[in-house]
Amino acid sequence: MPETIIEVRHLSKSFGDHEVLRDVDFSVGKGEVVSIIGSSGSGKSTLLRCMNLLEKPTGGEVLYHRRNIRDAGFDLHMYRAHVGMVFQQFNLFNNMTALENCVVGQMKVLKRSRAESEKIALDYLCKVGMDLYVHAKPRQLSGGQKQRVAIARALAMNPEVLLFDEPTSALDPEMVGEVLAVMKDLAASGLTMLVVTHEMGFARDVCDRVVFMDGGVIVESDTPEVIFTQPKHPRTREFLARVLQSEPQPV
Amino acid sequence: MPNAQSGFFEWVLFFIKTQGSLFLRGAGVTLLISLTGTIAGFIIGLAVGYVRARPLQKEDGAGRYWLMKVVRAILGAYIEIFRSTPMIVQAMVIFYGISAVFHVTLPYLLAGFIIVSINTGAYLSEIVRGGIQSVDPGQQEAALAIGMTYGQSMLHVVLPQAIRNILPALGNEFVVNIKDTSVLNVIAVTELFYVSKKAAGTYYKYFEVFFITSCVYFVMTFTVTRILRWLEKKMDGPENYVIHGSQTVPDVELIGKGGEKHA
Ligand SMILES: Nc1ncnc2c1ncn2[C@@H]1O[C@H](COP(=O)(O)OP(=O)(O)O)[C@@H](O)[C@H]1O
Ligand SMILES: [Mg+2]
Repeated sequence: MPETIIEVRHLSKSFGDHEVLRDVDFSVGKGEVVSIIGSSGSGKSTLLRCMNLLEKPTGGEVLYHRRNIRDAGFDLHMYRAHVGMVFQQFNLFNNMTALENCVVGQMKVLKRSRAESEKIALDYLCKVGMDLYVHAKPRQLSGGQKQRVAIARALAMNPEVLLFDEPTSALDPEMVGEVLAVMKDLAASGLTMLVVTHEMGFARDVCDRVVFMDGGVIVESDTPEVIFTQPKHPRTREFLARVLQSEPQPV
Repeated sequence: MPNAQSGFFEWVLFFIKTQGSLFLRGAGVTLLISLTGTIAGFIIGLAVGYVRARPLQKEDGAGRYWLMKVVRAILGAYIEIFRSTPMIVQAMVIFYGISAVFHVTLPYLLAGFIIVSINTGAYLSEIVRGGIQSVDPGQQEAALAIGMTYGQSMLHVVLPQAIRNILPALGNEFVVNIKDTSVLNVIAVTELFYVSKKAAGTYYKYFEVFFITSCVYFVMTFTVTRILRWLEKKMDGPENYVIHGSQTVPDVELIGKGGEKHA
């Protein structure tokens, strides 16, 4: 059992009367690649957003190395720097070039020098194949290129864990592959990743564990092997039957 | 000096020749007050808009929460009052109010500057707040998600975009101020309208003088509008970007989306 990095305990979240997450328990261990699958509206994004406090949970707790992230003395900003997030809509800073996008967090949050930040940024932009576009503004990039820069931006903070919220859902089909390829490399390099995705091929072939959510609860969580070939819960079976009308594409 | 038989243009030429420097000085005062007043008003607008756009959070503690509520109510009242009364009336109230309470007569430039700043600040506060709210919330979330504080996310990500979005409104406010500083003549600020009125009254030639005056106003606002447009373009940066590390092939440039390739 690898060392646990983030543990979610009895997490719940309501928007007004609307209970979106109910008693969610799960954890991510060092080096694990976990995917969260489930139909739209099942609470996947909310769970991810609760994990870095973009949403405030209404119950339960999130522990980072056994420390409650809502404790008074907890340094939320450093925590967020260590737990990166990649968004469905990329959310690149529109007022900055690709390079600046990857530099600003290092300088302002990690207090690295400009020279060091730029060097690190360039390394990661290179890694995601975007080194030719360092001086481009987001509006000059395609969706797939934006997402790769967004991944480089998150990596430049040297995160311990990366959270991905449907990183390929806003992309044209022909651009999905280039982003998945980058993510696959990251998984192979040992980065700890938690990936909300509708790419069943990725969940099956790249992830160590698959979590199926429905109606704000975790229905089942197991190896891709078990989830995709012998799911225990009928709701999992239904969901997979619906999304796997064609065989998952290998990535 | 032209006589009673002289035509319109003779009088116009006469005024330009004899009163030209007076017009220029008046125009200078107008520009000075409207420019400094717009800049100060923008700073007020940024501060007020920032405070009013910041979400109120009960978790900040009850003391802070209620303090912020009171501050906001005061700022809200400031905006309402100054947007709902004419600047000419505000000028009278502020100028004679200060004089009555503090027993000082403000130097006219300072008085003009204060009035225009406060008035512009009220308008720009709402524009800044709208500008902040028009920036995609995902921008700020991404900034927070890499560990920036709320203030850093505003300073480095949200405000630059908000300011870019409101730049046209800001320029518009400057142009409006060039025209509206004319109301300051009621407290004897020697701006363009005031000096014109004086010159016209001396010779009883209102049409001729104010014809010149309107030309001067037009040239000022027209020039300022062009300069602002140019600035906006400049702020957007080049449409093209140079491929990194392509110095060996200097001609290689990519064309950005919707961009036109320039030589
Ligand atoms: N800010 C919000 N306010 C109110 N309801 C929300 C908000 N965010 C999400 N929800 C609701 O929570 C439910 C789960 O949303 P989400 O976590 O985005 O699901 P998923 O990512 O699995 O599609 C949905 O019913 C959605 O309408
Ligand atoms: Mg979602």
